[in-house]
Amino acid sequence: MTPAVEYETVIGLEIHVQLATRTKMFCSCGLGFGEEPNTRTCPVCLALPGALPVINAEAIHFGLMIGLALGCKLNDRSIFDRKQYFYPDSPKGYQISQNEDPLCSGGELGGVRIHRAHLEEDAAKTIHSGGGGGRIQGSAASVVDFNRGGTPLCEIVTEPDITSAEQAGEFLRLLRTTMRRIGVSDVNMEEGSLRCDANISIRPVGQQELGVKTELKNMNSFRFIERGIRAEVARQEGLLRAGEPVVQETLHFDPRTERLTSMRSKEEAHDYRYFPEPDLTPVTITPEMLERARAAMPELPAARQARFADELGLNPDTAKLLAWRTELGDYFEAALAEGDADAVPLANWTTNELVQRLGADVDPAGSNVRPAALAGLVTLVTEKKITAGAGKTVLDKLVAEGGDPTAIVETENLAAMGGAEELAPVVAAALEAQPDVAARIRGGDMKPIGAIIGAVMKETKGRADGKEVTRLVREQLGL
Amino acid sequence: MSAELIALSAKAAADAMASGDLDRTEYFEAYRARAAADELNAFTWVAEEAAGEPVDGELGGVPLAVKDLFCTEGVPSQAGSRILEDYRPPYTATVVEKLAAAGTVLLGKTNQDEFAMGSSNENSAYGPVLNPWDRTRVPGGSSGGSAAAVAAGLAPWALGTDTGGSIRQPAALCGITGLKPTYGTCSRYGMIAFASSLDQAGPFARDVTDTALLYRHMAGKDPRDATSVGHPDEIVLPTAQDLRGVRLGVPENLTGEGVEPGVLAAFEAALEQAKALGATVERVPLPHADFGLSAYYVLAPAECSSNLARFDGVRYGMRAEAADLTSMYTRTRHDGFGPEVKRRIMLGTYALSSGFYDAYYASAQKVRTLIADDFAKAFDRIDFLVTPTSPGVAFGLGALTDDPLAMYLNDYFTVPMSLAGIPAISLPCGLSEGLPVGLQLAGPAFSENRLLDAAHALEGALGFDGSAVLGTNPRGGDGPVGPNDGGLVG
Amino acid sequence: MISRDQVLHVARLARLELTDEETVTMSEELSKVLGHIEKLSELDLTAVAPTSHVVAVDVALRADEPHVSLSQEVALAAAPDVADGGFRVPSPQA
Repeated sequence: MTPAVEYETVIGLEIHVQLATRTKMFCSCGLGFGEEPNTRTCPVCLALPGALPVINAEAIHFGLMIGLALGCKLNDRSIFDRKQYFYPDSPKGYQISQNEDPLCSGGELGGVRIHRAHLEEDAAKTIHSGGGGGRIQGSAASVVDFNRGGTPLCEIVTEPDITSAEQAGEFLRLLRTTMRRIGVSDVNMEEGSLRCDANISIRPVGQQELGVKTELKNMNSFRFIERGIRAEVARQEGLLRAGEPVVQETLHFDPRTERLTSMRSKEEAHDYRYFPEPDLTPVTITPEMLERARAAMPELPAARQARFADELGLNPDTAKLLAWRTELGDYFEAALAEGDADAVPLANWTTNELVQRLGADVDPAGSNVRPAALAGLVTLVTEKKITAGAGKTVLDKLVAEGGDPTAIVETENLAAMGGAEELAPVVAAALEAQPDVAARIRGGDMKPIGAIIGAVMKETKGRADGKEVTRLVREQLGL
Repeated sequence: MSAELIALSAKAAADAMASGDLDRTEYFEAYRARAAADELNAFTWVAEEAAGEPVDGELGGVPLAVKDLFCTEGVPSQAGSRILEDYRPPYTATVVEKLAAAGTVLLGKTNQDEFAMGSSNENSAYGPVLNPWDRTRVPGGSSGGSAAAVAAGLAPWALGTDTGGSIRQPAALCGITGLKPTYGTCSRYGMIAFASSLDQAGPFARDVTDTALLYRHMAGKDPRDATSVGHPDEIVLPTAQDLRGVRLGVPENLTGEGVEPGVLAAFEAALEQAKALGATVERVPLPHADFGLSAYYVLAPAECSSNLARFDGVRYGMRAEAADLTSMYTRTRHDGFGPEVKRRIMLGTYALSSGFYDAYYASAQKVRTLIADDFAKAFDRIDFLVTPTSPGVAFGLGALTDDPLAMYLNDYFTVPMSLAGIPAISLPCGLSEGLPVGLQLAGPAFSENRLLDAAHALEGALGFDGSAVLGTNPRGGDGPVGPNDGGLVG
Repeated sequence: MISRDQVLHVARLARLELTDEETVTMSEELSKVLGHIEKLSELDLTAVAPTSHVVAVDVALRADEPHVSLSQEVALAAAPDVADGGFRVPSPQA
């Protein structure tokens, strides 16, 4: 019996990022955010007869920033083309996109090579309605809303460098945080400002030639992408092992049923009849435009992660968490700059205690806890002015009401109990109150010491240092 | 009285209104009444009254006829097509806005070949326009309504568009003056597109001075048209009375073959006049001009196939009802577009379809380069090229409708300039069989001022008289100054 | 030169319904015009750069400043069929 063939997965991603400009790609309509339908339109984005597109300078600027963030070559001349197809969401009968001469070529992010990044316009929204219960298949009519039509998009295409669903998810998370960091997009998958298609194929390990690929369309969360890819890889492997071919097609993944369904193929093969958009001249990138894009670039998450790990000694997970969540990293760095707190405990307090209390998606900058307050709190703990437990109480208070940690320690009487002279009488009283426990300890059984410590803590409202209590117990019992 | 008003040049009328010697309402009403009584089918819509507040500009109070394909807010803008029947856009084309700001008053919208595709105005969904010189003949196209209206004194001047000859050829066939400006000098915003890289707005008038005056207020860079550049020079009214030192070039491949003898005779007589005015005339090679029509009939249909994709029955215009989307599209476009438009959409779609791009579209764009280079070389030696505007005089209605290719050959002399984006003017240079013959002068990009000057000098010498169809008697002893009373130079 | 099948394929791409008669006429007419256009193949164009814009224009970019959009009423005014504030179209599949 021959050993079973091992397959490897080859994935390339096409990501659409909606740019957070004020106006649309080719007209001055403001971007729509849930307004009444068709209240963000003009002759250009409704494709009225005679209207002409004019490129939004800020979209080019954002495109250049994306190119810089992805290490792309920024082409000094790029060309917009017409990609022609009829559909109600495409009012001109063509989408203005870039085909042969994109704004950005090549590049790399998180170990995945970038093939290209180009600019285009988003389609309008088609709402299927009427007929059989509003489902796409059975609907008798659709209603088109052009508010979204013409929103600037940057399409980022990777090389087929990704080998697993997990890597795809990891890459997308890095891409999302990078886009968010440079401020070009809200990159919100649920709201559609980040959309991803995956081209998936498998091949026997060692084979050079790529297998037949399928395209998984428009998955709207990271988890669904990973699950969808896993399902598709399993499906392809099943086909190949059964001796059946993979057919090139576009698939839809239903996260509820985990099922992949082939999207109805158009009645003929795509023939987009691309040609250079005659209404727009080629985009030439001036040194001034490049300089402006470079000047606008902040430190990127990958670089920040490395700096946090290398210069501040944070552990890899904490460094990544702070670097990839820009607002968390910014808060951490503000706190670091405003106080004397050590980086490592401050990072831990930020990523654990603070995040726990605020919620994972809340920007701490908007909370009651000022960065200086958190830094002060961490310093109090590391200098043993208060115990860690008291620190958490102080943080609760800060989250609820804000304020200054030292003042809270004062008013709440949370300062750590000082040395032996203050604590010794309390310990003595505790031992006296539980003579049998004292006897067992004296006899060498250390297990019941918890009862003594608990009594001391109760008496001191948690301000006592547990280690110091243990030392005093041993001392007073002559051990 | 009306005849006297109609005989005034637009400039003379504007001056008279500015000085208070002519009443705006009276002048407008004189034209409005004639336009409303139009027997040539030149208008598709005529204003009921002078709309808006009077504007005191250089053109203050002068009525303007506008080719249907310019969008005019609230006013039918149908581009001669059934698919846009009674479409009233919510905005106005930049060029029309600019002219209104200079004082023109919208008189009406003029008939045209559907989406500017045609050379006879027989492709209009609203019926053919008749040539005022002979109502059994076509006025030329695609801006046939504008040309006929100006020639017949239904409008003092008019706006047209020229993609491959659509201003120059009807100007020639109707015996008036028409300018196709340098590509990009006038905004295309609000002009319902035929072929984006070739379309250009331009003026029709009864003399060169009015042509210059109208163009002067049309040119200008428009932030809403990314391909507009405006004009580097202010357009000034022409003054030249002679052609001393002007070098004219006749293309070597203009042999007379395919040109009607009467047209050739009028053209050659005009060249003699030019020489008498001091010009030199020489032959210049334009080795790739013969490829112009082939390139044009790839590029223009390709762009039109794309530009007309927006007419899909969804947002405006007519819709043929159907149960499913694809049938709605195909039936709407079947019913809404006329045969010539369908022919060009098919041709253009074919030329852009997978596997044919390089052979057709890319090759045509390269030929465009060669033709532009030919012109550049020619203009090293000469100031202006000169040709007949059209190989023939106005032909009979229906004469060429069954032969698209023969119809396309009408554009033989006008298409190369469109491909190169250079300015060219057609002015009447005589009659053949009692019908006007047009002379085309073409210059380098942005040479409009010199071009208009040369045309002005020639116009004076040629002394073309269009009064026969104007319905006036401008040459009468004590009448107002006629359109062709330039200074004559012997 | 251009077959009935090609005509029908192109008509599908262009979303144009053609009757049988129109298909025949179209095939003849397109063949004739394409025959004329074939003249382009007489030229050696390998070393020639294509011209897509005749007049050299500096890139025309627009400042990212919003204008007032059309009202829904104006946007929908010319639409053949309107529902729920949008443009109603037949379903792609029916």
